[in-house]
Amino acid sequence: MIPVPVISLRIIGPAAVLAVTGFVLMLLDLLPPRGRREHLAFVGLGGVVIALIATILLWGSDTTGFQGMAILDNLALFGTLVIGYATGLVLLESIDYIKRRSAESGEFYILVLFAAAGMVIMAGANDLIVVFLGLETMSLALYVLAGFFRTEIQAGEASMKYFLLGAFASGFFLYGIALIYGATGSTNLDKIGAAVRAGAAKEPLLLIGFALLLVGFGFKISAVPFHMWTADVYEGAPTSVTAFIATGSKAAAFTALLRVLLESLRPLQGEWGWLFWVLAVLSMTLGNVVAIAQQNLKRMLAYSSIAHVGYMLMGIVAGGGLGGGSVLFYLLVYTFTTAGAFGVILLLERGGVEAVGVADTAGLAARSPLAALALALFLLSLVGIPPTAGFVGKFYLFGAAVRAGYLWLAVIGVLNSAAAAYYYLRIIVNMYMREPEGVPAVVMPSFAGSLAVVVALWGIIQLGIFPAPLFDLAQSAVLPLLR
Amino acid sequence: MSAVLSTVTFLPLLGALVIFVLPRRSEALVKVTALVTSLIAFAASVPLYARFDAGTAEYQFVEQRAWMPAFGISYHLGVDGISLLLVLLTTFLMPLTLLASWHSVERRWKEFAITMLLLETGMLGVFVALDLFLFYIFWEAMLIPMYLVIGIWGGPNRVYAAVKFVLYTLVGSLLMLVAILALYFQHGSATGVFTYDLPVIARWVVPGGRGQILLFLAFSLAFAIKVPMWPFHTWLPDAHVEAPTPGSVILAGVLLKMGTYGFLRFCLPLFPQATLTFAPWMFTLAVIGILYGAWVSTVQPDIKKLVAYSSVSHLGFVVLGLFTLNQQGIVGGIIQMVNHGLSTGALFLIVGMLYERRHTRLITDFGGLWKIVPALSVLFLVVTFSSIGLPGLNGFVGEFLILVGAFQVSRPLAVIATSGIIFAAVYMLWMYQRVIFGEVTLEENRRLTDLSAREWVILVPVLAFIFWIGVYPVSFTGKTETSVRALITQVQTKAAATVALASP
Repeated sequence: MIPVPVISLRIIGPAAVLAVTGFVLMLLDLLPPRGRREHLAFVGLGGVVIALIATILLWGSDTTGFQGMAILDNLALFGTLVIGYATGLVLLESIDYIKRRSAESGEFYILVLFAAAGMVIMAGANDLIVVFLGLETMSLALYVLAGFFRTEIQAGEASMKYFLLGAFASGFFLYGIALIYGATGSTNLDKIGAAVRAGAAKEPLLLIGFALLLVGFGFKISAVPFHMWTADVYEGAPTSVTAFIATGSKAAAFTALLRVLLESLRPLQGEWGWLFWVLAVLSMTLGNVVAIAQQNLKRMLAYSSIAHVGYMLMGIVAGGGLGGGSVLFYLLVYTFTTAGAFGVILLLERGGVEAVGVADTAGLAARSPLAALALALFLLSLVGIPPTAGFVGKFYLFGAAVRAGYLWLAVIGVLNSAAAAYYYLRIIVNMYMREPEGVPAVVMPSFAGSLAVVVALWGIIQLGIFPAPLFDLAQSAVLPLLR
Repeated sequence: MSAVLSTVTFLPLLGALVIFVLPRRSEALVKVTALVTSLIAFAASVPLYARFDAGTAEYQFVEQRAWMPAFGISYHLGVDGISLLLVLLTTFLMPLTLLASWHSVERRWKEFAITMLLLETGMLGVFVALDLFLFYIFWEAMLIPMYLVIGIWGGPNRVYAAVKFVLYTLVGSLLMLVAILALYFQHGSATGVFTYDLPVIARWVVPGGRGQILLFLAFSLAFAIKVPMWPFHTWLPDAHVEAPTPGSVILAGVLLKMGTYGFLRFCLPLFPQATLTFAPWMFTLAVIGILYGAWVSTVQPDIKKLVAYSSVSHLGFVVLGLFTLNQQGIVGGIIQMVNHGLSTGALFLIVGMLYERRHTRLITDFGGLWKIVPALSVLFLVVTFSSIGLPGLNGFVGEFLILVGAFQVSRPLAVIATSGIIFAAVYMLWMYQRVIFGEVTLEENRRLTDLSAREWVILVPVLAFIFWIGVYPVSFTGKTETSVRALITQVQTKAAATVALASP
């Protein structure tokens, strides 16, 4: 007799809420009023808020379900928290933005919610197949979203490039799963972990499989050398989608990566430790160096995001509760900072078109002091200047690296931060110290967009001055996996 | 537990928040609010001096609250004889600086006031923080306001100067961050107490050898760039020349002292063995800085650039004093920090006043001012003498003590350093002569007006202190003696302990 699977919806609660909200939006999309679609965004936002509340209520759970394929523990919940914030901010930022670009349609919000559901599934996956399931749900939605301004040539390039390279990465990922299955006889993370401890570690198949898996993850987090798509996709995608790709998809991939590393492959840390510091050094150095040369804000932030992935990989190299906790904390910080920065940028228009050039920000402080101040604070957080959250986040990451004995890695990290200051400050220089040439950029009015910026600002200040509570949560999300 | 230090430190921040909500149109209201805030902060800091107990080397007015207990980070403030005078110098200079900006800052006064007040909070925080993490926060946070002051209200080449200033400082301070982290974990794993609390860490003896030397070098680089010591000084002339008058006054008056203060507060007590190892090097660099600064000053055509390079020379004296590691040298160094803040601050104020009148700072554009603006000329003369170190004025006290200290350590270097005073007389007096004496060569100069009431109010308090310190320095040195003695004892005993640890 086939056993009836025990289905506990609680375990996939937040993901289910997001997915169901997506379905509700699909239905609502068919109903009048025909011309306006912003109510869909608010319903979606409601779903996100419910998912966030559920996340907070479920905090402290530690159960698996669906035959051990899904897991609900603090790590999954922390990942969900970050993804939830990212989704909420992105929805708020999108409402007036896509309307202004006359691309408003119900599919946009529906896809955002399905992508979010996929991300949350990744964060709560306890089985490589489920990781893949979440990854694909998220990616397919994001491929479409990246090309959402379909009349624009860059949008097509972004979507196509993201899709093709993403498909390759998925192929690697799947092949990796297959090899790991061959080596250990399971795709379940606990069982792989048990097999590794039992001696499968020496199996070359496992190492190759893991390396292939890493290619897939490296692509999603855009670590060098798997970063080639990043700048073009960030540039061509709608700016709010860029924010989503930069924050939500990275949070999901990092959470899943942390779980795979800590739960299944911790005995092999000696084998993969060096791999990650190579990736970290490459990512932060290349990201920062190339960012210096960028004249487009979105491309600049794309390379900056590669650099930030490098910093986060330092936390993975360091390992332990401090290392893992600081990666999670940084994900949250990075989400607020980056979503906020993109949130300000997408409000800018110059002569009727989106203003995304570094030069477009010239003189902004004189005309829109509040928008300029907000963007300046986000940029300072990216530099890592106290009292913004960016500083505390880096402080924990560098601290973890130093503690684990990677003093030289921390030194490379801080030298990179100093170099990065140059290109972030260039925008502040433009906003505060230069006069615009020709038609100046203006800030488009948007209540929802401003609200998103305010929430993100609150996030970076709160986390910058009182980081302890959330860092403790982040650390408590990782510690159980280390037992 | 009193909250005097928190009040003094965060009053300017409060003022900045108030100004943030004030309407942009009412510029007068903004100006008055900023000035009043800085005056209240000064008034609030006076009791620190009055109630300071000079008989103990302990930190006073201590405040400590848990902040991130899991990491041993606390909100810990306090002052001792080393930081007290610098706190007072900061609160004293800020109202004068704001008053000096009254007309010279022509645009965006609201942003200017906010930036300056944030800067004040940052600087005060650096001097009163007793937790390494907290110290670092203030140290970095104050970078941005200064960057904005130079970059927004500065001269034609301001953006270059501002970015150079930030990048130079950032490289140094980020390496210091890594050193702070390394120190934290080293201390934690050795003693079992993970804390960023400075007094606690200072009780522990950092193991000698390569580790201590690296830590010392990382901290020293950050401070050497800030001072700035030769050869890390190249950002300073750019920053000073481009900065507006208030920026220069604060930069010279307070910001540069953060470097020398850092040496005293962190390098000496935490890394005594490395300090002893590197003292001869520091000594040599300081003497090179004294001579180099003086020589380069001599040939400057621009008064402001001249004063900027003279800072390199003067700060060389301070560093020389600190690394004598004896009582006279260090007390002299501390008092010289204050002196430099007053004299060079006043010089920049006067240069600013000249610039406001003539819109030029080139020495050759002046000449014969004595007959036209007698009051300005007299005050300028006093400040010039103070900067040279004429007996009876403040500069003499500091330089004399430093040289007494230096003679006990290395006679040849002390002799060379003394020649720096002679060169100072050369470049300052020569500059003064060309600007003030002689015939009026340019017609524009005949129309100059003498000091306004506002300018009298700015300069007189500074001159009062210049005379006070010159005539009766004990009011100020007396506050520092005990702390300095304790510091020297600490350096010696810990250095001995380090050696003892290493040898068995």
